[in-house]
Amino acid sequence: ATEGLGIEVCGEWRASYTPSPLFAALNFLIAGATTASGAMDKEYVGFAALPNQLHRKSVKKGFDFTLMVAGESGLGKSTLINSLFLTNLYEDRQVPEASARLTQTLTIERRGVEIEEGGIKVKLTLVDTPGFGDSVDCSDCWLPVVRFIEEQFEQYLRDESGLNRKNIQDSRVHCCLYFISPFGRGLRPLDVAFLRAVHEKVNIIPVIGKADALMPKETQALKQKIRDQLREEEINIYQFPECDSDEDEDFKRQDAEMKESIPFAVVGSCEVVRDGGNRPMRGRRYSWGTVEVENPHHCDFLNLRRMLVQTHLQDLKEVTHDVLYEGYRARCLQSLARPGARDRASRSKLSRQSATEIPLPMLPLAETEKLIREKDEELRRMQEMLEKMQAQMQQSQAPGEQSDAL
Amino acid sequence: MDPLRRSPSPCSSSRPSSPRTPPCEMFGRVGIEAVLDQMKIKAMKMGFEFNIMVVGQSGLGKSTMMNTLFKSKVWKTTLPGSVVPIPQTLQLHSVTHVIEEKGVKLKLTVTDTPGFGDQINNDRCWDPILGYINEQYERYLQEELLITRQRHIPDTRVHCCVYFVPPTGHCLRPLDIECLQRLCRTVNVVPVIARADSLTIEEREAFRRRIQQNMRAHCIDVYPQKCFDEDINDKILNSKIRDRIPFAVVGADREHLVDGRCVLGRKTKWGIIEVENMAHCEFPLLRDLLIRSHLQDLKDVTHNVHYENYRVIRLNESHLLPRGPGWVNLAPASPGQLTTPGPSKTCRRAREDPEDGF
Repeated sequence: ATEGLGIEVCGEWRASYTPSPLFAALNFLIAGATTASGAMDKEYVGFAALPNQLHRKSVKKGFDFTLMVAGESGLGKSTLINSLFLTNLYEDRQVPEASARLTQTLTIERRGVEIEEGGIKVKLTLVDTPGFGDSVDCSDCWLPVVRFIEEQFEQYLRDESGLNRKNIQDSRVHCCLYFISPFGRGLRPLDVAFLRAVHEKVNIIPVIGKADALMPKETQALKQKIRDQLREEEINIYQFPECDSDEDEDFKRQDAEMKESIPFAVVGSCEVVRDGGNRPMRGRRYSWGTVEVENPHHCDFLNLRRMLVQTHLQDLKEVTHDVLYEGYRARCLQSLARPGARDRASRSKLSRQSATEIPLPMLPLAETEKLIREKDEELRRMQEMLEKMQAQMQQSQAPGEQSDAL
Repeated sequence: MDPLRRSPSPCSSSRPSSPRTPPCEMFGRVGIEAVLDQMKIKAMKMGFEFNIMVVGQSGLGKSTMMNTLFKSKVWKTTLPGSVVPIPQTLQLHSVTHVIEEKGVKLKLTVTDTPGFGDQINNDRCWDPILGYINEQYERYLQEELLITRQRHIPDTRVHCCVYFVPPTGHCLRPLDIECLQRLCRTVNVVPVIARADSLTIEEREAFRRRIQQNMRAHCIDVYPQKCFDEDINDKILNSKIRDRIPFAVVGADREHLVDGRCVLGRKTKWGIIEVENMAHCEFPLLRDLLIRSHLQDLKDVTHNVHYENYRVIRLNESHLLPRGPGWVNLAPASPGQLTTPGPSKTCRRAREDPEDGF
């Protein structure tokens, strides 16, 4: 009789994603076999299958990820997003004319798309910032973006502190791809101002858009310049976590390469180029040659995609949650704590209990009062409607009919 | 497999002469499956935590069961007849071990309850147990409410309570019923028939059916709770498990030679009871449930249901206290609060579908 008690995996991570016969013992029993066990690995308890249990749940639930793209118009942001995630997110987009742009202010647009591959669902939300850097006077044009990011944190904080935490939607921005123009000499003042405003609130990955305008040497020089500027201005971009010492050499080499190529110089394309004998690939065809998007010698698109999707997606989310969100929460709570709460606490008798008091932040009182007032209004309106309906029904019954439907 | 993409089209204004973004051809793969690898790497690095509590009278083989379950000397066992004084009151006793297998680390905490049900008057003997469980919830809640929280809040909450039913062969005793009713509302309970080698297979089946009847009659909703089955696969699997609960288990930590193999078992004059043999006892089922298949689920139900229930109660209570602008002071839980079991939400739902099989 086969030993149905063991687990097949351990050590094999990329196993199939269908739920494995985890409860094999039960099936063994149901099948009616009653014979004894085979040779059992004595030391084998079986919790090496725990990582599999984890991913079963994640596969069912799916992942969600919010990505923000920022930068001036015309740097190839939409094309890059389409290439990265192989979607048609911007299919019906109409690029506004110059006259329309004169009066355009920065808006925040959200688009969602669900990507499914290999049985895993990822719900990707894209936050776009059209109008950034378009006006003549761009002062404070980053404020709506900062406000948007903080609003998402606030929403999450509220959900997390609330009573019903069953389905908290995580709409926090996990990563911001900031596009730098290849035509400048590094970061411009607007870039610096924007990055300074958001670097403590979101993971920033700087990207050089339309990099096929540059020769390799120019690309290197620009990257170096940008890195130096980021260091001088003390802007904290997303730091890649260090490799473990026990990772294999290949992985370490890839990792080092990736770190050195920040900011990524990317080219995006939505057209598939079919060369004579070569396989079809995405690219941009010029008269002097063809730029291949997925060619690591031509641009850093592959690196960016690998980093964003394949190796660091989870880490981006974790840094957002563990560091950026916690920082926001701590700041928020501390600012609530300071104005006079301590002396009010000492005034109320019941609260002078012990040193284990931890203040629990609720919605700021103004908010709750407003909500209460709104609900009261609603209640009153509904009561009025009810009374009206009752009056109508009484009127319609007045001409003598007894109705037992009441 | 064709990647499936659905994207809503954003609203477009009509300006016929402006350039449009060219449509994108679907080609190639994004490579999302690697996300799972990332999660696994992280999980392997961090390790897992699991907290079990064993509840039952002395002599039912609780410590031996723990040792057998984790194949290591998690607990010191005592032989019957050895001079171990029965404690006058129920004292809870926790031991933590870190066990590692094939690169996966598990931090296991076993809480024992010596003195449970051993007194003459066992009324309210469940109070210290409930108090302990709620105290762990309280500790987690306080950590969660801090302004600067730790990155990884240490989880001491009891994920699973294994309740040992003595093998009387008749039905659940009043003490068992009282205790199970209260425990089920606060923590995941997995009842087992202890020392099942004193019952024959037929006796075990009859005992099991009677216990299931008792549990249904008294609204005792043990793990896996029916109301948390998410999809059809879960339902099928969990129904099979529910059919066999309580498992009839035998624990042993001595090895014997049987047919040239070395097995864990109990040796008697009339034969050797092999612990890991499905024909002899249902220990493999218990082990599979607790470790190999439902460990993560046990933790999830504890976190999402039992802990949330506790938290809601605590938050609602604190509304009674006067608050300053934007602040509510959460007073430390009084002893009375700590010993009340959670709300009977699961119970209510179990009552709604009496016609389903167990």
